[in-house]
Amino acid sequence: MGLQPYVLLSATIFCIGLFGVTTRRNTIGILLGVELMMNAVNINLVAFARYTGVAAGMIFTVFTICITVTEAALGLAIVILLFRVRRTVMADHLDLLKG
Amino acid sequence: MMANSGTLALVAWLLPALSFLVLAIVYPLRRLGKPAAWFSVLCAAGAFASAVMAWRIQSVAAHPVHLVWPWLPSAGKTIADVGVLVDAQSTIMLCLVSLVALLVQFYSLGYLHDEPMPALGRYYAYQSLFAFSMMGLALAPNLLQLFMCWELVGLCSYLLIGFWYQRPSAARAAVKAFWITKAGDVGMLIGIVMLYRTAGTWDVTELHSLAATNAIPLAGLSIITFCLYLGAMGKSAQFPFHVWLPDAMEGPTPVSALIHAATMVTAGVYLLVRTDFLFALTPNVLLIVAWIGAFTALLAAVLACVQDDIKRVLAYSTVSQLGYMMTAIGAGVAGAGFLHLLTHGLFKALLFLGAGSVIHAVGSNDLPNMGGLAKRMPQTATVFIVGTLSLAGIPFFGGYVSKEEILGAVYGAHLTGPFALLMLVAGLTAFYMFRVVFLAFFGTPARVAVAAPAHAAHAAAPHATPSRVAHAALHNEAVVEGAHVNEVPHAHEPPMTMLLPLWILAIGAMVVGVMSTLHLGGFSVAEPAEVAPGWLTPSAVGVALAGIALAWATYQTRVINPVSLANAFAPIRAAALRKFWIDDIFEALYGVILLGFSRIVGWTDRYIVDGLLNLVSDWTVQAGDELRGIQTGKPQDYVYGIGAGVLVLILLMRLVF
Repeated sequence: MGLQPYVLLSATIFCIGLFGVTTRRNTIGILLGVELMMNAVNINLVAFARYTGVAAGMIFTVFTICITVTEAALGLAIVILLFRVRRTVMADHLDLLKG
Repeated sequence: MMANSGTLALVAWLLPALSFLVLAIVYPLRRLGKPAAWFSVLCAAGAFASAVMAWRIQSVAAHPVHLVWPWLPSAGKTIADVGVLVDAQSTIMLCLVSLVALLVQFYSLGYLHDEPMPALGRYYAYQSLFAFSMMGLALAPNLLQLFMCWELVGLCSYLLIGFWYQRPSAARAAVKAFWITKAGDVGMLIGIVMLYRTAGTWDVTELHSLAATNAIPLAGLSIITFCLYLGAMGKSAQFPFHVWLPDAMEGPTPVSALIHAATMVTAGVYLLVRTDFLFALTPNVLLIVAWIGAFTALLAAVLACVQDDIKRVLAYSTVSQLGYMMTAIGAGVAGAGFLHLLTHGLFKALLFLGAGSVIHAVGSNDLPNMGGLAKRMPQTATVFIVGTLSLAGIPFFGGYVSKEEILGAVYGAHLTGPFALLMLVAGLTAFYMFRVVFLAFFGTPARVAVAAPAHAAHAAAPHATPSRVAHAALHNEAVVEGAHVNEVPHAHEPPMTMLLPLWILAIGAMVVGVMSTLHLGGFSVAEPAEVAPGWLTPSAVGVALAGIALAWATYQTRVINPVSLANAFAPIRAAALRKFWIDDIFEALYGVILLGFSRIVGWTDRYIVDGLLNLVSDWTVQAGDELRGIQTGKPQDYVYGIGAGVLVLILLMRLVF
């Protein structure tokens, strides 16, 4: 298989993730969208690494996966704390920064 | 070796400093009062003894003694030294200062006997500091040390005028004296800095040799000497800066005698005498000095004629005599002015101390409260009359020769205008002084308060007002509140501590007068006078005698009614009672120019400087208010924002770069 299907897959997943991030009210949904977008990027990196034969892309991906894990853990912890304090995780209720 | 005049002068200078430091640091001693006073008097006596010895050596020595230490070192040579320059002028000034300081300190033991002890200690600390500063001024080898001591004596004057600082008028007078002399001092400071730039030195001896070899550039020298003269004007109470001196009489009378008559106010004259070689190069400034001096002499003499406060008469007479000295310097004969400075120091201290003992006895400053005191206080009356005759310039008394020298010098310099003014002043001087003598010591005793404490009495007897002068019958208003009025005045001779200084000064004035009149040996501080015309001396004495006769006819025999005499000069009298509006002009200048300027500055600050700042901050606040709507607080909106930003960046990359 050539490069194109991988890139297409990656673009699709990225768009799904972006759609989730921009439309979900629930903070956990937004986090899930972010995860999807990260994974789209990972697929892209691996695909190009295979295509060009440069190992750097692979190594980058390993690092990204690690960081994504910690990010997910941190994000969920923040959401739980938010729920404890504000009794809600709906993004449109969390608008303390509103001018 | 004892015969070193430099060391002796240094000792004389530093003894009062020691006394001041001890009194300032040793708190218990100062609180004790009497021992502190005696310590200060002892130091002053030591200073006087060393000063006399230094003078005895130096008056026959050929060369001045320069005893200096580097003070402000710089590459090559020092900018200024500190030390003593001992020559004939400075040592005789030293003698005068230390003599009057000693006598005044001794006199104050009696005069301030009911002062609280801590205040007495404070008084003697100030007195010692003053003696130190004034001697440092007299001995200063360079203009920088002179300036520092100059400021120190100004400080002492401030402290001692405001000695009874609980009294608002004294505090105000102290501040007034300080500010007005300071106005002149700014000029003087500018003058000495410019002099350093021009001549490259502050050392008096070096300046003298530079001037002698014409090494000082004449361009701009007039401004320098005028600036120096400004300082002298402030200190020596020349018109229009004379207004502080009469108010300075709020201080204790011995202070008036020492600082505001005999020594400090003559510092300006002394400065001009010290730098007369510079002034000789700028005849235009000398002309100003002469005219202002003569005008001051006349103005103050007229003012003295209408005062009812004995100390104020003496204060104006001091201003007038300072005008005499300045005129002599302006005529180019600084020696005559210096001689008058010395004799005036003696007899004016005598007059003030005499007035102090009268005030001490009567409990009031006002002439209408006195009268007939010659019977009760014969000794005070005698010495006061000696002082008065000296001031009037009668032969065989202190001020005679010095006054003739000045008149001769002014006439010799072809300053006809100032000469005429000074002749008129000679008559007025005799008149107003004998007015005081006849009103205070002869005539009928007035109803007076029983010897109240002198300083309490001053409080109730402030400035003479027109109504008070016009209605002498109302003079009981001047009587101290609380002290009961008695038909029989209990005025009496003061204690020995006060009489002794009076007699010493009176004898000193007499000895100087007799010796100088008969040209007895060693009395030649002044250069040989210009050959004065033969008619000058008799006419000057004649004018003085006429003044005395007028006073005698008016206030003693009452041949001339004082009221009709006053009416004859009604416009001048009215103007003089308002002090020729000079104080008012100062007040107006202060009120209009200074306060007006302050108001403009305040307005600018409030509305322009602050206004600009407020405008900018208002704009910022408003802009923030307008822009805050962008912040919705919804995460998704921020995501859109990021997306839009990325798009804009991409477009920019494509289109611009």
